Amino acid sequence: MRDRGALAEAVCGVLGESAAQVLLERDEVTVIVPSEKLVEVMTALRDDPRTAFHQLMDVGGVDYLARTPRFDVAYQLLSLQQNARLTVIAQTDDAVPSVVGVYPSAGWFEREAFDLLGIMFDGHPDLRRLLTDYGFEGHPLRRDFPLMGFEEKVYDDLHARVVSQPVTLQQDYRAFDALSPWQGLTDVQKREGGA
Amino acid sequence: MTEPVQVLVRDKDGKEGAPFTLNMGPQHPAAHGVLRLILEMDGEVVERADPHIGLLHRGTEKLIEHKTYTQALPYFDRLDYVAPMASEQCFSLAIERLLGITPPERAQVIRVLYAEISRLLNHILAVTTFALDLGAITPALWGFEEREKLMGFYERVSGARMHANYIRAGGVARDLPDGLLEDIEAFCDPFLKLLDDLETLLTNNRIFKQRTVDIGILTKEEAIAWGASGAMLRASGVAWDLRKSQPYDGYEMYDFDIPVGTTGDCYARYLVRMAEMRQSVRIIRQCITRMPTGRVMVDDFKVAMPEREAIEKSMEALIHHFKLASEGYRVPQGATYTAIEAPKGEFGVYLVADGTNKPYRCKIRPPSFAHLQLLPLLAKDHMLADVVAIIGSLDIVFGEIDR
Repeated sequence: MRDRGALAEAVCGVLGESAAQVLLERDEVTVIVPSEKLVEVMTALRDDPRTAFHQLMDVGGVDYLARTPRFDVAYQLLSLQQNARLTVIAQTDDAVPSVVGVYPSAGWFEREAFDLLGIMFDGHPDLRRLLTDYGFEGHPLRRDFPLMGFEEKVYDDLHARVVSQPVTLQQDYRAFDALSPWQGLTDVQKREGGA
Repeated sequence: MTEPVQVLVRDKDGKEGAPFTLNMGPQHPAAHGVLRLILEMDGEVVERADPHIGLLHRGTEKLIEHKTYTQALPYFDRLDYVAPMASEQCFSLAIERLLGITPPERAQVIRVLYAEISRLLNHILAVTTFALDLGAITPALWGFEEREKLMGFYERVSGARMHANYIRAGGVARDLPDGLLEDIEAFCDPFLKLLDDLETLLTNNRIFKQRTVDIGILTKEEAIAWGASGAMLRASGVAWDLRKSQPYDGYEMYDFDIPVGTTGDCYARYLVRMAEMRQSVRIIRQCITRMPTGRVMVDDFKVAMPEREAIEKSMEALIHHFKLASEGYRVPQGATYTAIEAPKGEFGVYLVADGTNKPYRCKIRPPSFAHLQLLPLLAKDHMLADVVAIIGSLDIVFGEIDR
């Protein structure tokens, strides 16, 4: 795998002013870019031989409920030529430009992020729901969506068909908060053998 | 080759030649799970395919956000349930990366051993059910006998035939039982013989070749642009394997080859998988000969459960046991994208930790998801029966697509 320092340098060389922030964590490089420049950035990263990120492996949204802008959209790029990985993060409250024109593989991943998190992708040719049920409402992976959801399917004897009704629980959902008020278990990294 | 049947369909205005919409699935033996395909047909030729997925959606990523890291691990068994330990390994590696720990050498060798056993489990199922879809039932009967033996190895090490929950952050759950390595070694030779037998049934089989050669061709450029990985990418002529290029768990120390196809059709994908199984047996043999002694879990009560004996004798061990069982370990703040060469391709986890005992976000990147996305591209202008062959050659499993 390519050295992260050299990779970060190459990425900065390609992006120039477009990169708002470059983060180095362990052996991984993450670059945060302004969402309006996303397509331009992705095209540059793909076409420039110094980076040659020809593959988009994953698009994942992260919901930071209390933060503005609320969402991170993390794109995982892979370069087969340079043997390198890069995480590109665009931050947004509602919509980012779609990168389907740059990477066709983004199609379903963006549909999934739209379905589960409600992030819009401007210019996506086919932005339909993907994983949730037909007629589903809401975006289940948002932090303010309850784990139990709002509706459940039951079989209605009277009408002899499956109907939706509000969720009823036989017992309360048991959310244990075992988190200790002491710091305790965070000194793992300082021990021998840690990278 | 037979000529496609021409069917003239009238639309509601009585106009002839309108596309005929066909619903395939969600319960269809050739769909490898719950896949619903909406096919727009021109006679017997597919003009457009629209896969509808999510019928097995269980909200795994949402559930993981509400569980501790230890509790989240079993969900990974249930993603790719054909090769459960591969997904476990990826999640464990992601946690280890955030914690900054490395499992002991013996644990790494055990992981590689079981990763390759998982690869065999997966490829046997992939190849034989692919043949089954094309009408050959014997390979499936033979293959499942071997799978049963391999699941026996799963059971002996973890207690469960499929959902093992064995590869944990920091190592593996428990040491190998006595005599297991000898039995795995004894499994290898007859298994290679079975692969030879399978090849006599399929590789030069006229019917099999007619159904797979030049069907569903994925060019090198398409494979790269569409994010294909694993056998799909290699069958299209790209020599890429994460075990070689970005090794994890000590894969750089093993001697094995990467089979690469040239044509990118269904037949090439079959050949690549068959060749990969032989390489996996090679790696398994190397694991058995090099198996070092020592611990199978990091020596650190902050992550690893203390042994039963220690709990009975030491107060500190008892406290750690209680804290690990209730609170779990905390993972320092940070994010990582960790990917492994799972049997189906690149399986990745984008793990965001916020310093507590639960993952803040765990985005799973299943290889089957990216590969099923290719189906409309591959199935276009093929006959309906070829769609079945293409789905079989994609090697998809809905546990990880729908999550």
